[in-house]
Parts: sequence; C-alpha cells; structure tokens
Amino acid sequence: MISSIQIHRGRYHDSVRLMQASRAVGDVAGVHAALVAMATELNLDLLADMGFDTAEADDWGADDLLVAIRAEDEAALEVAREVLAQALVARPSPEGGWDAPDPRTIGHAARDADVALISMPGEHAYAEAAEALELGLHVMVFSDNVSIEHEMALKKRAAQRGLLVMGPDCGTTIINGVGLGFANAVLPGPVSMVGASGTGIQQLCCLLDDAGVGVRHAIGTGSRDLSGEVGGRSTKQAMHALDADPATDVIVVISKPPAEAVAAEVRDAAAACDTPVVVVFMGDTTLEDGSGEVLAVLGREPRAYSAWPASRSDRRPGTIRGLFSGGTLRDDARFVVERALGATVGTSEGSSGHVFVDYGDDRYTRGRAHPMIDQTVRLDRLAEAARDETVGIALLDVVLGHGANPDPAGELAPAIEQVVDAGVAVIASLCGTKGDPQGLARQAATLNSAGAAVYVSNAAAARHAAGLAARMEER
Amino acid sequence: MTSLDRLLDSEPTVVAAGADLLAAAVEEQGATVYRVDWRPPVSGSAASLPTLAAAGKTFAANRLAVDRMLGVRPMLVDIGTAGECLPDMAERTFLHAGPPVEWADASGPLRGALIGAMLYEGLAESPEQAETLAARGDIELSPCHHHSAVGPMAGVISPSMPVAVVHDDAGDGVAYSTLNEGLGKVLRYGAFAPEVIDRLRWMDSVLGPVLGAVLRTRGPVDLQSLIAQALQMGDDGHNRNRAVTSLFLRQIGSALIDGVDSPSDQRRAVFDFIDGNDHFMLNLVMAAGKLGSDAASGVDASSLVTVMARNGTEFGIRLSGTGNRWFTAPAPRVEGLYLGGFSADDASPDIGDSTITETVGLGGFAMAAAPAIVGFVGGTATGAVRRTLQMYEITLAEHPAYQIPMLEFRGTPVGIDAGLVVRTGIQPQINTGIAGRIPGTGMVGAGLVEAPMEVFVDGIEALAEAVR
Repeated sequence: MISSIQIHRGRYHDSVRLMQASRAVGDVAGVHAALVAMATELNLDLLADMGFDTAEADDWGADDLLVAIRAEDEAALEVAREVLAQALVARPSPEGGWDAPDPRTIGHAARDADVALISMPGEHAYAEAAEALELGLHVMVFSDNVSIEHEMALKKRAAQRGLLVMGPDCGTTIINGVGLGFANAVLPGPVSMVGASGTGIQQLCCLLDDAGVGVRHAIGTGSRDLSGEVGGRSTKQAMHALDADPATDVIVVISKPPAEAVAAEVRDAAAACDTPVVVVFMGDTTLEDGSGEVLAVLGREPRAYSAWPASRSDRRPGTIRGLFSGGTLRDDARFVVERALGATVGTSEGSSGHVFVDYGDDRYTRGRAHPMIDQTVRLDRLAEAARDETVGIALLDVVLGHGANPDPAGELAPAIEQVVDAGVAVIASLCGTKGDPQGLARQAATLNSAGAAVYVSNAAAARHAAGLAARMEER
Repeated sequence: MTSLDRLLDSEPTVVAAGADLLAAAVEEQGATVYRVDWRPPVSGSAASLPTLAAAGKTFAANRLAVDRMLGVRPMLVDIGTAGECLPDMAERTFLHAGPPVEWADASGPLRGALIGAMLYEGLAESPEQAETLAARGDIELSPCHHHSAVGPMAGVISPSMPVAVVHDDAGDGVAYSTLNEGLGKVLRYGAFAPEVIDRLRWMDSVLGPVLGAVLRTRGPVDLQSLIAQALQMGDDGHNRNRAVTSLFLRQIGSALIDGVDSPSDQRRAVFDFIDGNDHFMLNLVMAAGKLGSDAASGVDASSLVTVMARNGTEFGIRLSGTGNRWFTAPAPRVEGLYLGGFSADDASPDIGDSTITETVGLGGFAMAAAPAIVGFVGGTATGAVRRTLQMYEITLAEHPAYQIPMLEFRGTPVGIDAGLVVRTGIQPQINTGIAGRIPGTGMVGAGLVEAPMEVFVDGIEALAEAVR
C-alpha cells in the first residue's frame, strides 16, 4: 500500500469539480482512498480522518490544491494521476447550442397560435380544450369520447369569450384552405360550410371541386352540435361569423338528422343571414342534392359528377354489402338505396338483406387507427364478401385528402380484384379532389382497373348499386 | 373585429396536441404548426384535472398567486432573536425544516440538530439527556414554515438564536431565517460537538448584534437586487451563494468598518466569518423566498406550489389553494457527489427548507446561471441549461428580476404549478446539500434530487375536492 500527497500551490478548482475528481480517482481499480480538494481547514480535518499524514499541513493554505491518494501499488497510483489530470481538464460541451425540450402543454407550445387542434384520447381532451380556451385559442377537438356535459361546458365558456369550439368528434375543418383533421385540398372559392359531419363536409368539397367551385371555409362543429342538449351552439356561431365574411357568397349547413327544435332554430338562423344559406339535413336530402343547390345559387348549371364505369359486367346475384369509413357517407348511401329499392338497409354486421356498416364506428377502431388510415378491417370484410355467396354487390367509400391513407386505392386493389373475380360487382365512392396529395385521377384509375366502378358522387355510387340490385331482382 | 373574424380572415396558426399524424397533415399544407409533446397525466391525477377544468377558476387563480409571489420586494432590515420575533414561539418551541414530524420519526440530522439546540439553550447537559427529554416530549416541535420562517437542512430554530428579519417593501409581510453557520460540522447538518455550540453562542452574542447594528446604521439591504446580480455572476441561489455573499459584504462594508460601536476585534470577526462562508447568504435568499411564498398562499383554487420542504423523513409541499395542508411522501435520496471518504451509505434522505429557493425560481430552476456547479448535472453546461429549460414546462411565469445570461437573459422559470407537474410528468429539480445519516456527522456531500411525484398528485386531488 502506498500513500501519496501532492500539493499544487495556488491552483484553484471549485469544490464541485474537485468532488467529481475525487470520485473519479476513487473509482480507479487499486485505489483505496482519495481526496482531491483545496487545502482548507475542513478538508485537512477530513484528510486526517482518512488516515493520511498531515505533518506538513501547517504550510498549506486554502488556495492550494491537495491531492491525496492511497493505492495498492505504483501502477494504480499512476493510473489514478492520469484519471485526475483528465478530470481537471475543462471538457467541451458535446452539443453546440441549447435545444429546448419539446413543450409538453398547449400553454407552453402555443406562442402566436390562434387555434388548438386536440386529438388525444377523449378522457383527457376536455381539460386540454378548457385550457386552450383560457389561453384565448379557438379549439378543434378531433377526439371523441368526450361527455356531452363537458361539450356543453366548453361551448358555453367559448361563447362567453367569443371563441369557437369545433367538436368534440370533429373530423374535418378547413380555414382559408388549410385543412385540420381529415380534409380534402380545395381551391379557394366562394362557398363556406358549417358541418356537424366530417365526411359530409368532405363529400361536398369534392362535389364542388369536381364542378370547378372552390371552398373558402368549412367549419366542423362536432357530431352532437345539433343535438337537443348542445342546441347547435357552434353551428349558429359559425353561421353568424360566415355571414359577416365578405368573401363568402354561399353558406352550406350540413348535418346528420338534427333534433327537431334545433333544426327549426338553424333554419331560422339561416333565414336571418344576409348570405344565401343552403341547409343539407341528411335524411331529407342527399349531399349531391346539396351540391346541386349550391351550384344553383351560384348560377351554375347542374351537372353529372365524374365517374369511371366498370369494364366487366358478369356478376352473380345477391345483396349489397356497404363497407364505409365515413358515417355520413354510409347514411347518405343508405338513404338513396332505401328510397330506390323500398327496402330497409341494415346498419350492423349480421343483419340480413342489404347491410351498410360504418367501420369508422368506435367498436371497429379500438386499438387501431380510423379506417381512412388503416384499412385492415375493410380488407378483411371485402375478402369475406367474396366468400359470402349471398353478396352480389360491394359498395365502399374511399376517402382521400390530408390526414388520410397515402394510397388507399393501392391497398384495396388486390382485394377488389378478388371480389370481382368471385362475381361481385364493386362500386367505389371516391371522395377526393384534384388537389389531394393521393391524386384523384390516379386513385380512380387504380380502383377502376381492379374492376370497380368509381364515382365522385356518393349518391351516384349508391344509385348505381341500387340499380344493379334492382336489375338482379328482376332476373 | 372579433377573434373569430380574425381567425377566418387569414391562414390559421395551429398548436397541435395528440395524434402526430394530424399535426403532420397540417404542416404538409404549409401552415405553421406548434407541436405539443403531449402525454397522459401521471396516474392518479386523470380524474382531478377535468374537475379543476370544470370549476374554471384555477387558471385565473394561478395568475393572481404567481403575481403575488413575484410582487414582493424583500429587504433585510434587522437581526433579531427568534424568541422575540417569530410568531407563536414559546420558550420550549423548537422549529425544524419541512413538514411536521415527531421526535420518534425524526431523521438523524434533525435529531442531531435538536440535541445541539437543546445543549445550546441549556435545556440539557449532555446529548444523552437531550435525547431523553426530547423523547418524552419536553420540547414542542413545529415546522419553521408555520412561523413565517425557514431554515436550511435540519432548519432547527430555538428561542435564543439570532434571526434575519426580512420585510416586504411592497406589502406588509415579514419572513425570518437563521444565520448561516458555515460548512462542515454545523448544527444544521446535525452536528452538536462543543465547537458547534460555541459557534452558535458567538453568533447570538457577536454576529447577530453587530450585523443588526450595521443594518440599522446603513439601512435595509435589497435582497432581490443582490440575488439578481449574483445570478449573473454564477450563483444559483441554493448550492452556490459565493457571488451573493461577496456582494453582501460590499453592501455592509463601510458600515461595518466605522458605522457601529462594536469593538474592532468583533467587527473583524464578523467580516472574517462572512468572508469565510460562501453560503452565508443562503439563509437570506431563503427568507426572501419565504416572503414570496407567503404572499402567494391562500388564493382559492390555485394550484401554485407555495412550499416545498423536507425534514429528512418526509418531503412535503403546500399549494396556494389548499390552505395550510401539507402533502407528503417519504423524503427521496439525493443523487450526489461526496466529500472526502463519505459515500451514499452515509447520506441522510433529503432534508431542509432550502427548497424554498426552487419554489421561487432559484436553485435547480436557475441551474443554467451557475456553470461552476454543473458537476451535479452530469458535468456539462449543456446539461445545466437543459435542466432549467425543462423547468419552464412546469412553471407559470418567468422571473422579472432573476435572469439567466446564457439564455439571453431570460427570466428564471418561477411559480411551480402542481397541475403542470402532473400533466407533464416533469418533477421539480432541486439542488441540495447532503447531511450525514448519523446524528452529529455534519455535511457529507451535495447533489440533485427530484421532488416526489405523489405529493403533486395528492395536492391536485385535494384541490379538485376543494373546488368541486
């Protein structure tokens, strides 16, 4: 065992660095004790307590660096001294600049933002949205599973502050051409929408785009806004704001069937607007009819929307199986088919006859993304339709736009080929605009060459399905 | 033009929290998106947050509370005696750091300090006798925080001790702290050897009276101004107080030389004592913090943390909106560097009221200002800056006076919101000294510790209960 004490006169290091150095030296194999410290009285006492010889300590002062090491042998001592030299050299910072950690709350991230897009699981969405309102932000709540009490509380508070709450369960909003949530790329134009239905807004955007008409704003309000409880708060607020917008020539209000009293209030509000308002309440009318009305208000000719007919016409008899990713598109198609065939269309798997299922519903999205993004379930049900000989027609929507699957047609094509080969007629309602990142024409071509008939109008696709079904029944 | 009209008049600027896919989709369109690195609140708090949101009071309450915290103007006006100055201080009242604790549960350093203080007060002849008296309840233990006071480490204040008197020049608050004894074998680290007691006697007979006379001669010392300067000279206000102590000596220099009647050897001794103790000002920084803490307390529905304090057994916090309630958890172990032959085995769990500094935007929260002590955060200045930057995530304001040069003189993060702590999962960072586990040992090291998450979860739950 060797004990070594060195004194470096007038060499100052702060005590923290010295404690680090002591630890580094003490960690060297073969070192039993180490003290690297300024030779203050306190440290000299420690030195004595550690059993070192302090006979010469009277000569040392607080400005002197003391290095005391007790090691097994000379070799260990040598290593210890090298480690110490390293430990006392200033180390450069591994990174140049200061990267601030990513902000974890809306309050710290918001800066000059004017709208908060909230999409965490619903149980947490309310508190986050409430904070966004406190911060003076408009809020879009994409999340679902927010209680109606919380929705009402948010909308009440927002109204007091002149802020807008879009949602909860708001899939689509477009502000000045910028889409939030699932939204198609639209050209600037004279039409603004207020919609309690995301895919309803999307379909209307696509029909107008097909007709060469652009969209200024599309304000999503959340699926329950026109319920009796919520009372259309956001819808009326948005209508009022759009009425004051000089660049909006037509306002369209879109909703699934609303509560009766609320429907009347919305119609009254529409009548009070200076801007013409087209009201599309599903169940009374189709989205295609709504688009026609808008075109009429703008003084445009009604038109047939783009379609790509199927090349094969050999098919087996059977019912229509509707595989939808948008609830509103499903209801729109169901409305058309029920009227055309005079038959009820089932809406849940396992029903008999024609069955149209919304695979965007909660029960199919647990643990996976929405079918506009993840098509696993629909691919599975397509394959099932091929095997199920009671099915003669498969009707599905394919939704393009920002936020959606980057190539839905490409994923669906092999499954469509299989169903078509099994003798099933496939009809696709392709909800897309020419500006969408997936490319409307390319997606249409992919679906079409897989054997599907493709329609930009959801109602037209449904009419085609109903027509085929009727002809089969006649045979 | 209303806010909604403005929204519809231009391209939106979006802050996005939740699914990253949606943020990316907006960004793709060329709009500005600020992303939130959102994560679910820590378990146990998910039900409290919506309750607070529904009550709708906390946001405004927190603004009010933090404004009050930042509105104080701490001035050191005098040195008095604990028994005379502190409210509700009886003859046998012994104050201690942290939340309430009984002798039976007291940590080693706290027991050591209590023994020392009883010897100092002449209540016991020997450490053994002191222990016996304390164990049978002859002295009454009470937290410093219940008496407008704070004390570092064990934080023991007994009636004869001199205390610094800090007034709020912007209000009517008063806060007190003991005077700092220096490093090594000192009472606050649980040492009670004769030299410790002798030093305490010198402090009440010489240091306190001389310093008090100096202050009365020269007038009050503006503590906030000194701390602000010191932060730009490498102090954090908790583990490094070298600059602020130097500045203080300059403040009192001429009055100490010829402004008071004390004998020259006493004046010289006072100078040497302060000069020889880089932490002399810690206690005064703490008293300044206590003033802000008290000013901010009692705001209904506020989740502002007004107190973080430990007694070596438990770590406790108080919130502005939950009155005098303490929320406690076992005191954590300090991750640290050790003096001489000491190691983690010798360390007491976290102890002291000095976390008042972190509560008011100093210490661990001002780490970026103190490159000299970056050894505690992995040894790089970058690490220190990162720590401070992270603390902005859990605080309500940036300090108007305390600025950090390395962050372009940004104010330090100040005003811990327990709501933000449970939402972000980020625990307050504390710089601290480490006391020896065995009574009588003294200081064994220094390092870093994180405030335990459960106290914030409990605090938020209680606040939600209160506003329901």
